[in-house]
Amino acid sequence: MTSLTDPPKESFRLGMLIYDTRYRSLTIQVVALIGFMIFAAWLINNTLYNLAEQGKNVAFGFLSDPAGYDINQRLLDYNSQSTHWRAAFIGLLNTLLVAFLGCVTATIIGVFVGVLRLSNNWLIARLMTVYVEMFRNVPVLLWIVFTMAIMIETLPAPRDFRGESPDASMVLFDSVAFTNRGVYIPEALFSNGLGDLAVLPDRESAACQPGEDGAVSDACGVFQISLDLLLIVVVLGGSLFVSGLIRKRADRIQNDTGERPTTWYLRLGVVLVPTIAVLAVLGFHLGYPELKGFNFQGGTYLRNSLIALWLALSLYTAAFIAEIVRAGILAISSGQTEAAAALGLRSNRIMSLVILPQALRVIIPPLISNYLNLTKNSSLAIAVGYMDITGTLGGITMNQTGRELECVLLLMLVYLTISLSISAVMNWYNDRVKLVER
Amino acid sequence: MVDIHFVRKSMIEEQEPPAATTGVAGWIRENLFSSPLNAVLSILSIGFIVYVLSALLPWAISPTWAATSLGECREILAGHEGACWGVIRERWLQLLFGFYPKELYWRVVLDFALLIVAVAPVLFTGLPRKMLYFSAIYPFLMPWLLWGGSVWNPIAAALGFVLGYFAHKLAKPALGGLAAVILAFVVPIIWWMVLSGPVVDALGSVLPLAMETVQSRNFGGFMLSITIGVVAIAISLPIGILLALGRQSNLFIVRSLSVGFIEFIRGVPLITLLFVASTLLNIFMPPGTDFDIILRVIIMVTLFASAYMAEVVRGGLAALPKGQYEAADALGLDFWMSQRLIIMPQALKISIPGIVSTFIGVFKDTTLVSIIGLLDPIGLSTSIRADQAWNGVVWELYGFIALMFFIFCFSMSRYSMFLERKLQTGHR
Amino acid sequence: MNKTVFVGVVALAGMSASVAAAGLVDEVKTRGKLNCGVATGVPGFAAPDANGEWQGFDVAVCRAVAAAVLDDPTAVEFVPTTGKTRFTALASGEIDMLARNTTWTFSRDVDLKFDFVGVNYYDGQGFLVRKDLGVSSAKELDGATICIQTGTTTELNLADFFRINNMSYEPVPIETNAEGQQQYLAGACDSYTTDASGLAATRATFEDAAEHVILPEIISKEPLGPLVRHGDNEWADVVRWTLNALIAAEELGVTSANVAELAAAPGNNPEINRLLGTEGTLGEMLGLPADWAVKAISVAGNYGEIFEKNIGETTPIGLARGLNAQWTSGGLLYAPPFR
Repeated sequence: MTSLTDPPKESFRLGMLIYDTRYRSLTIQVVALIGFMIFAAWLINNTLYNLAEQGKNVAFGFLSDPAGYDINQRLLDYNSQSTHWRAAFIGLLNTLLVAFLGCVTATIIGVFVGVLRLSNNWLIARLMTVYVEMFRNVPVLLWIVFTMAIMIETLPAPRDFRGESPDASMVLFDSVAFTNRGVYIPEALFSNGLGDLAVLPDRESAACQPGEDGAVSDACGVFQISLDLLLIVVVLGGSLFVSGLIRKRADRIQNDTGERPTTWYLRLGVVLVPTIAVLAVLGFHLGYPELKGFNFQGGTYLRNSLIALWLALSLYTAAFIAEIVRAGILAISSGQTEAAAALGLRSNRIMSLVILPQALRVIIPPLISNYLNLTKNSSLAIAVGYMDITGTLGGITMNQTGRELECVLLLMLVYLTISLSISAVMNWYNDRVKLVER
Repeated sequence: MVDIHFVRKSMIEEQEPPAATTGVAGWIRENLFSSPLNAVLSILSIGFIVYVLSALLPWAISPTWAATSLGECREILAGHEGACWGVIRERWLQLLFGFYPKELYWRVVLDFALLIVAVAPVLFTGLPRKMLYFSAIYPFLMPWLLWGGSVWNPIAAALGFVLGYFAHKLAKPALGGLAAVILAFVVPIIWWMVLSGPVVDALGSVLPLAMETVQSRNFGGFMLSITIGVVAIAISLPIGILLALGRQSNLFIVRSLSVGFIEFIRGVPLITLLFVASTLLNIFMPPGTDFDIILRVIIMVTLFASAYMAEVVRGGLAALPKGQYEAADALGLDFWMSQRLIIMPQALKISIPGIVSTFIGVFKDTTLVSIIGLLDPIGLSTSIRADQAWNGVVWELYGFIALMFFIFCFSMSRYSMFLERKLQTGHR
Repeated sequence: MNKTVFVGVVALAGMSASVAAAGLVDEVKTRGKLNCGVATGVPGFAAPDANGEWQGFDVAVCRAVAAAVLDDPTAVEFVPTTGKTRFTALASGEIDMLARNTTWTFSRDVDLKFDFVGVNYYDGQGFLVRKDLGVSSAKELDGATICIQTGTTTELNLADFFRINNMSYEPVPIETNAEGQQQYLAGACDSYTTDASGLAATRATFEDAAEHVILPEIISKEPLGPLVRHGDNEWADVVRWTLNALIAAEELGVTSANVAELAAAPGNNPEINRLLGTEGTLGEMLGLPADWAVKAISVAGNYGEIFEKNIGETTPIGLARGLNAQWTSGGLLYAPPFR
């Protein structure tokens, strides 16, 4: 009987770094890392040398200088004396705004069109096919420019609303004005408003000194939150929570007794009554746009650059989403539909209760990448003069300061952060949906 | 009791189906008015189509083909609404070829015609395999036809690959596998960097076979879009394959570098990469390097396309059954051999639809170069509108450009769908 | 090893940089082409025609320089640049000179390290409005929507103007002149602001040009001129004096019609003789042939002729000379003496 002994320990030889599979991977990685580092060092070295040649340096101090230009759509306080930082931040908010609006509308349109493409109505199905192919096969930049041109050329100018017998008039009981500068809609106003809360105010600064009416100026603090809005959100959130509790109780009763108590009026009341009460206390009323001077005044002003970009991005992305939705629905075997029909469900309930929830798992991953695409495509805002971050930081700031390297780096960093956050959130959601899978 | 049974002895004549379920009426009823909701939808759609066509057709059918300026168009139309097609008649060649010399248009046309020939054997399996040889030559032929210059340039470039191949082949028995691989990389690089320049000059002086050189600044219009798209996709394919393999690799550093690159490129919009091309790329290069703007754009678009290509190839790799990998291992093939002989041929075949749609995407995205001042179709439309004669023309130009893009992209996407259907039956 | 690579690269870099610094004049001569940055399309100033030939007032400056240095007005590669790309194109050496209605400002000259070699057009920012708007002064534009081309000094001027006068406005940023014109005509903005020359050029193309006025206020000084990189004074001199030669030629009455005749033999005006190289060695001092100015002027004539042909009152753009008349006729054009 032979006894097993350990094989003799091989001493390490240099050649093993290459020929021994145990070490080879290490060698390859080290070589790759060194190669990468040399390459990066080469790039940085070139850059520094070239910049020194041009008499430039890499510094971000210029971002604290006054920007000097105005931005039309600003979600926070901004004027031409604000810093480039502030301008970039305003631009970032505009990017996020159009990306968010675009994703929501694109999803709604996309799901509709995707379902309608499978409709048994020949005309509707064909029409949707034409829509999808038209938008998918023409560059989005062209669509954005096109939409903008259509808005400018076909809608009436504000001056057409003027005079004894104007060429154009406001719609919906004189509350909404469609003009080629944008759309003016009524805004929410509060006659007993609580004012604004300045976030991170610098008490020493001039902007934060109370004026004659006791209020501080808009420029105080990093930004300001409307207390009215905050209150409404809190109340609404609380009501919805209570409504959720009622639903859970109804579920429990149904599980225990098999009979579901009717709760809809209760839930509706719980949501509506406190909200309406708060609105009444705050003195809620609508402010209507009015033609004064050159433009409409009052109301909320949705600029045509925002609308054109929003519309074009939504329609373009929706064409892709429609295809994803269609593929997702077709991926669910027809047995599911038949089984659901055998259970006696009606066709719209089959769609919403059986098909779509299953299709969702197929749909979500490509949907995420389409949201990402939409967000990235929003950088084409520059073509219609929508002041997103590419328009402020990567546009006017870069032009006026001549700091291309810094601006482009910051710009890339911002987009990368947005993209990675969207993927992270959506992947997290995707994982949750996956857990339901058998 | 007489039991009477009634038995039919002969079948009754087949009757025509009710009129409402056959022919046009039946079709309409079934497809358009099967339910009240469908009826409403159908009527709405018909109304919509009629509305759009009634607005579009009278505008599009407009006798302004011969006009030489917008003012002339307005005279011809005499106050009616209508398109001004004169601008297309005068500028369509410019929109297609940019500022490429007129007498050399044939080179561009030939180039893209040959492109179809070169790609055909890859796309359509029914064609003779020998055509693949032409596909291999084409990447060297294409730049020569477009940019012109000495015929020795593309030959020298191709020679580098041949040298690399022979270096590998000759060195393998003599020096062993690793040295052969290193040589296969080093020899061509030395050839391209050091030797090829003087050799081309020498050959050029002995046998000056050259075509007229065309500066890439003269590229414009659709020709520019197609050039950027085709070159970027062609170069990004090998890079994408390497990146996809890197991403799948179990070597931590290689994987992180690949993932980092792919996610970085996919995370930023193309326009920022184009800003890099227009303002920064020359700063990153050693002093004195002067790539012209089109080359810089091609470099950045290639990097952009590589990241997307890597994801497409990764999808193809993931779609292969695990058994294929295990079978390759069982045959004792090393990594590169199994990739080359077993994995890649199958994975790439599955990826072709993805590659085609990546190409469509990149081709559409080339319109962004107008933002950095290149004269692609959209950029050219701005220049044309700056001409006194055509100042104010909008829809005709955009419509023409959109139509051209639609024709290109739609036909490619149809092909890709056809391929998808074909592959589905073969590979499930 | 890493370090040696660095040293090598730096050494190589230094070498090629010093080669480049040997002089752009020689470099352009050996290249045989002048790379000139122009706008992608501004009516009258720079736009390609149907044959792809660039035409315009700025383009003429490029051609004159090419003629002076290379004896061939067509030996120019026109590089279209946008407001965003123009400065990097020049700084990176992609173009030798930039002739793209660029305003001479302190920070561009000093901070961005460029040399403005002169002014070929004195401009100022104005406002274009419809007559029926009933506005007669820019100070009445409180609350107006104003279209403005981005990437230029105009947006800063506009912000300053409205801030100083304590008025509010709604800026509509646009990328190109064509787009601005479209928005303005459709009434999407009440006023369009850019350099007055551009406004006049744009207005000239309107169907109902008489319905539009340019307001009297000119809110900024916009001296537009060609520029080159800092540091190569010989090249800057060539461009500067080619421009001056065009201006001086008009003052001295040298035109495309008589330049050949005047250059054939020395005449009795010594300054003309020195300009045209029949006397003295001005060309040699620049490192160019003696008849450099003759070639520059023969391309499209003197400054006045170029002006008239591209943007003057006989063209659709119809700009009056105004500030851009010779100093002898009350304008600001004042070429230093050729001696």
